[in-house]
Formats: sequence, C-alpha cells, structure tokens
Amino acid sequence: MNKRFTTSFLAILSIIAAVAPATAADAASNPQTSKSIEVKVDNFTFAPETITVPANATVTWLNRDDVPHVIASTDGLFRSKALDTDDKYAFTFTKPGTYSYFCAVHPKMIGKIVVR
Amino acid sequence: MKKSESGDMNSKALIQHDHNFDGVDRRGFLRCMAWAGTGALCLVQGGVLKSYALGSHDHSKKLDGVGELSFAQISDSHMGFNKAANPDVVATLKAAVDKINALPTPPEFILHTGDVSHLSKPEEFDTVQQMLKSLNREVFFVPGEHDVLNDEGAGFRERFGRNPQGQIWYSFDQKGIHFIGLVNVMNLKAGGLGALGPEQLEWLEKDVKHLKHSTPIVVFAHIPLWSVYPQWGWGTDDSAQALSYLKKFGSVTVLNGHIHQTMQKVEGNVTFHTAFSTAFPQPAPGKAEGPGPMKVPAEQLRSVLGITDVNYVQGQHALAVVDSTLV
Repeated sequence: MNKRFTTSFLAILSIIAAVAPATAADAASNPQTSKSIEVKVDNFTFAPETITVPANATVTWLNRDDVPHVIASTDGLFRSKALDTDDKYAFTFTKPGTYSYFCAVHPKMIGKIVVR
Repeated sequence: MKKSESGDMNSKALIQHDHNFDGVDRRGFLRCMAWAGTGALCLVQGGVLKSYALGSHDHSKKLDGVGELSFAQISDSHMGFNKAANPDVVATLKAAVDKINALPTPPEFILHTGDVSHLSKPEEFDTVQQMLKSLNREVFFVPGEHDVLNDEGAGFRERFGRNPQGQIWYSFDQKGIHFIGLVNVMNLKAGGLGALGPEQLEWLEKDVKHLKHSTPIVVFAHIPLWSVYPQWGWGTDDSAQALSYLKKFGSVTVLNGHIHQTMQKVEGNVTFHTAFSTAFPQPAPGKAEGPGPMKVPAEQLRSVLGITDVNYVQGQHALAVVDSTLV
C-alpha cells in the first residue's frame, strides 16, 4: 500500500498505519512493551483471551457488555467487584507465571495472563 | 429480531401434562406442542386430550375444582438495567404485576425465579419488593447470578432468605404439593455451568426422602436444570444428581428463568419449563454471537416479555403451565 506516495511525510504515515494493526494482532503472543495492557470484555468473551505481559505490568479489564461481569482468578489471587458497563478493573502482576481467570458470574468466560 | 422468532415468542401456550399417562401419549404431546405455537390450549381431563384455540375458551374456569392450586411465576426483572434493550424495566415489571392481578383465577402466591436485580444493589431489591406488594400475595424468591454479585449474596439473603438454617435454598408445602427452591448461581467454577454444590445436593436428598411417591414436586431455580445451551452457560453441571433424587416421584415440574424466553421439555416424569423475563429478551440459543440483552423495536418489546401462570388440579397429578406476554 501507499507505494505511489513519495514524500517522506506520507511515507512515515504509511509505516505507522502498517505497524499499528500488527502490534494489536501480536498482543496475544508477544510480551508487551507497554506496562499497561487492556483486556476488553465484550459479548461474553475476553479479548484477547490469552495475553503475555512483562513482570510488573498492570492489566486493565474494561467491561463493554450490557451485563455485569466479575473478574476472578482461578486460584483466588484476585477478584474484582461487579463491573457494570464501562467499569474497569486493574491488577498488577509482579511475578512471572501463568494466571488463569474467569468471570465469576458467567464461568464459561475464561482467560489467561502469561507473565514473563 | 426476525419476525418469525418474535412470532414464536408471542405465542401463548398451555400444556397440561399428566404423568399418569392417561391420555398424553407422545403423539398427543407433540400435537399439543404443534398447537402451542399458534396459540392453543391443551387439557387432559378424564384421560381425554382436548385442544382449544386460545381466547375461545376460558381455561381458568375449566380448571375450577376442589383442591385446585394456582400460582404465578415471574422472572428476571433485572431492576436497575437501563440499556437500549429496555430503558424502563420498572414499567414492564408494573405491566407484569397488572397482568397477574388481572388473571381470572387469582394465584395463591408468586414464585420469582431470580435476577430480581441487575447489580445486587439494595435499592434495586427494595424497588422490586415494593412493587410486588400490590400483588397482595406471598412471593417466594430464589436468586439469579445478578442477585449475588457481592458479599456472597448477603443483600438478597437478608430480604428474601427463608431457610432458618441460613442456607439460601428451602422448601415448603402448599395443598399437597412440595415446592423446592434451589440455588445454582453461587460458587461457580471456571469453565463450568450453573452449580448446586454438594451441600445443597445432600440437603435435597434429605428433604425429599420422607415424601410419598405420589407427592407432586415443583422445583424452581434460576438457571435451567436441563442442558438448554451449554455453550452459553445455559445449564447446570450437577443437575443430573439433583434430578436422580426426584426419580421416584410421579410428577416433577421444574420452573426456571435465566434465558429470558420460554422453552419446554419433557423427560420421563419431569417437565422442564423456562419463563419469560419481565425486563428484556435474549436471543434463541446460538442465534447470536452471545447471550446478551437483545434489542427489539420498542413496539415489540412487550410481546417478548411476560409471566407464567401455573394451575394444579388435585388428584390428577397435572400441572398446567401457561405463558403469556405482556401485550
């Protein structure tokens, strides 16, 4: 894309445009460079369902559904209050490991945080 | 929402089933089901199955008789919900209350099968409690998952708890029928469905042990006790064990909510039934990406919300379950 653009200004824009979606797509597998990562709760699913983050990263869940959800780790490490629409919950993962969690209200909803 | 779906949900249906098999064979039942979709009434009396077009026959009078028990079920009032699928859940609950008050045979009491509130807030519980006072009837509640979001359901227990031992589940008897209120919305396991848990199952086994086999049983709980659509969590992991304790009984009726649409299923001696919500509809299983609130045109909303009216004729082991919309 954008091959016909020759000015350096537009070339930079095109690089940004090409890189941005790739970053989002890789979020599930690559450790995040940013220390604040968001998981969207949308249509009874966590997106991304599995996310890899560096130690000391803070993961923020944002409820985009019309119904409340409760973010709860399977082993009891963390548990949010009921999150209404557009409510957020944040937890900071200090130690490497794999953290499974689910929605305590709708337990079919499951997700995983991998801390490297 | 597609028109054909709303047509199904619009329908009023009454199926009277007799677990002594005096007339309702498989063919008869299927005929009933076929009729139900177009709004019909099926009655089994004296072993003969009769069907009537709804509206042409006052079924309530037909059921009059000694020992009759009539009660109503409401469900999923979701007080506090204010999104597009229904910005005024107070108005629709009010319509449900009016509908019950207008029933030709006044129900003796009301069952509420959970999700009284949307967010377990005290003011949400209070509003529903206040509104249901105009029914002038006792209301028996079981919680939905929306009622126990915080503090292990303390707010719900304080208002609606009935078990002197402090558990949320309970049972009671009315005119020879044993009613059991079960709770399958707490201590849920990751990846699982609704759950009753070992403590409640043990209680249930003891609760029904002393009853005669001829005692009609009505179980009411929020999440369906049959596998409606596990992909959306519409089922209960340990319901089979609970139902195994009820096998000895001739007539078992299970009333649920949670899925905001009516469904029926007959399995041996057990008839399962889910009720309308008074707040908002949800999609048919698998017909949407997820089970969230479904927006229908405002003028159609009351045709997909409703109440359930249940009649029991003593001596016939028969419960007649009638769903009707708020329109």
